[in-house]
Amino acid sequence: MSAPTVSPSEGQLRRAASALRHDPLALTGAAVLVLLVVVGVAGPWLAPSGINDVDVDRMLQAPSWAHPFGTDELGRDVLSRVMVAARVSLQVGAVSVGIALLAGVTLGLFAGYYRGWVDNLLMRCMDVLFAFPVLLLAVAIVAVLGPGLLTAMIAIGVVYTPIFARVTRAGVLSVREQVFVRAAVSIGASDLRIMRRHVLPNIAAPLIVQTSLSLAFAILSEAALSFLGLGVQPPAPAWGRMLYDGRGFVTDAWWLGVFPGAAIFCTVLAFNLVGDALRDVLDPRQLTVNEARRSTG
Amino acid sequence: MSDAVLAVSGLTVTIGTRRGPARAVAGVDWSVQAGQTLALVGESGSGKSMSVLAATGLAPRAARVTGSVRLLGSDFTALPADRRRRMRGRHVGFVFQDPMTSLNPVLSVGRQVAEAGEEHLGLTRRAARTRAIELLDLVGIPSAAQRVDAYPHQFSGGMRQRVVIAMALACEPDLLIADEPTTALDVTTQAQIVELVADLQQRLGTAVVWITHDLGVVAGIADTVAVMYAGRIVEQGPVEAVFDRPGHPYTSALLAARPEPGAGGGDLVTIAGAPPSPHDLPAGCAFWPRCPVRGDARCEHELPPLVPVAGAHHVRTFYPQRPDGEGR
Repeated sequence: MSAPTVSPSEGQLRRAASALRHDPLALTGAAVLVLLVVVGVAGPWLAPSGINDVDVDRMLQAPSWAHPFGTDELGRDVLSRVMVAARVSLQVGAVSVGIALLAGVTLGLFAGYYRGWVDNLLMRCMDVLFAFPVLLLAVAIVAVLGPGLLTAMIAIGVVYTPIFARVTRAGVLSVREQVFVRAAVSIGASDLRIMRRHVLPNIAAPLIVQTSLSLAFAILSEAALSFLGLGVQPPAPAWGRMLYDGRGFVTDAWWLGVFPGAAIFCTVLAFNLVGDALRDVLDPRQLTVNEARRSTG
Repeated sequence: MSDAVLAVSGLTVTIGTRRGPARAVAGVDWSVQAGQTLALVGESGSGKSMSVLAATGLAPRAARVTGSVRLLGSDFTALPADRRRRMRGRHVGFVFQDPMTSLNPVLSVGRQVAEAGEEHLGLTRRAARTRAIELLDLVGIPSAAQRVDAYPHQFSGGMRQRVVIAMALACEPDLLIADEPTTALDVTTQAQIVELVADLQQRLGTAVVWITHDLGVVAGIADTVAVMYAGRIVEQGPVEAVFDRPGHPYTSALLAARPEPGAGGGDLVTIAGAPPSPHDLPAGCAFWPRCPVRGDARCEHELPPLVPVAGAHHVRTFYPQRPDGEGR
């Protein structure tokens, strides 16, 4: 009983950080993400030319030193547009996953903490949302709200809410049975306080993993929506939209599709690499093993 | 008896289960005065913890609680849930069995000790932290000012139990409920914790309800003792009277089953059989099937009343043991 034990979340997070440092794939992913954030924040100033600098004299030029990613059918610099579009992708990722996280975690907390009919009502609603294919539901929501960046973000956020609700509820169900939650009840802490102070910090690990993976899916979903013309509206650049615009020139001007596509690919891959590495060290099963050890050890 | 900190009478707890209702507590009366210690003794499942949880409004949702509970003179069961929560947090402190699981692993001990003060005394975060250091100091945590930011896993079992006690004392409660607080600790640490609670009780004048199956602890700290069996009190009274002149065969058997230090390697004394299922309690005396006395058909079919044998010493049996009738 007196063996030194490590709390699940704290120790796990520290372990995660050190594991990431020693995992070359995760390190690469993290480096790409850092680059992406820098470009996303400073893109408009770093870009070699304006995103809407139309120049018919240089339309559909192949990649060269002057235009490393080539130019599009209006003579606009593809590199500049890819760089500026990084901001859109990051914004979509952050806002839509933020919506999903906030809504999903709140619903999951209430469902798991109160159980009974609250649980049934909330989780059956989530099941209904979950039953639709992701993109179909997003398209339906955008169709109702009208196309645009904001509605795309809301749609993606709604679509990913059930995943967060489920992950949260599963964690809450096990944490709420812990004695320290009973201890908090005994000192007269309110339900909201117990959820915020005692339950939520103990389920942070699986939520962190889910967040990093969802960011990748959200960016991919936005690209798909933009490709379908339901996301960012022209002339503002978005990777998915650029893919769509470039598809007519795929035999004559491959660079129009390849570079935005590569940007999507690298971003999603980077989030997945980091997410996978986090999952390996923060695995809920791993957590359960540690908890079992803690209670019997 | 009017100045009791906590007094329950006719407390019954029935828990709805898939196998039908289970009567965990069947009409229990006890009370505890300021500065006094009541020990609730019994086997696992005898209803000792459940009676206390039900009295303080912490029974599981599936439980149906009836009877009267007076906390500090007010009718506790009649209060709305929110008032009950506040009153419990402000006036009652709890110490649970296993200090390894009763602290939140991701909050510093200081935050956990401070929590009740923030919630019920309206202390600011800074004031609550100062208070937490005082409390940790009070329960004997060395260099409390440094340890206040440490996490539970950095403490040993005994130290954690001290932290839990500090949490329980945060609002200077009138009543401290200790639910087998020493069971998960090794013997030396047990003694320290028992001593600590006894010392704090003297200094703060707190009433203590100590739930345990360790009769050695009871003899050391309790003023009164209530022995429970199958959801009922079978013997109740001042601790000396109950220990020196046990009137119920079950109490005698429990006392005889105590391991004696230095008694050599003989088999431990046990009580044959097992307690009845709470789903299917016998009509008469619940201890009858295991009773060494096994009086007669009356024991089997009729519930013996709780009758006084001497002063406040009560026994629930038709055949009270005589002091010289011990040591079967």
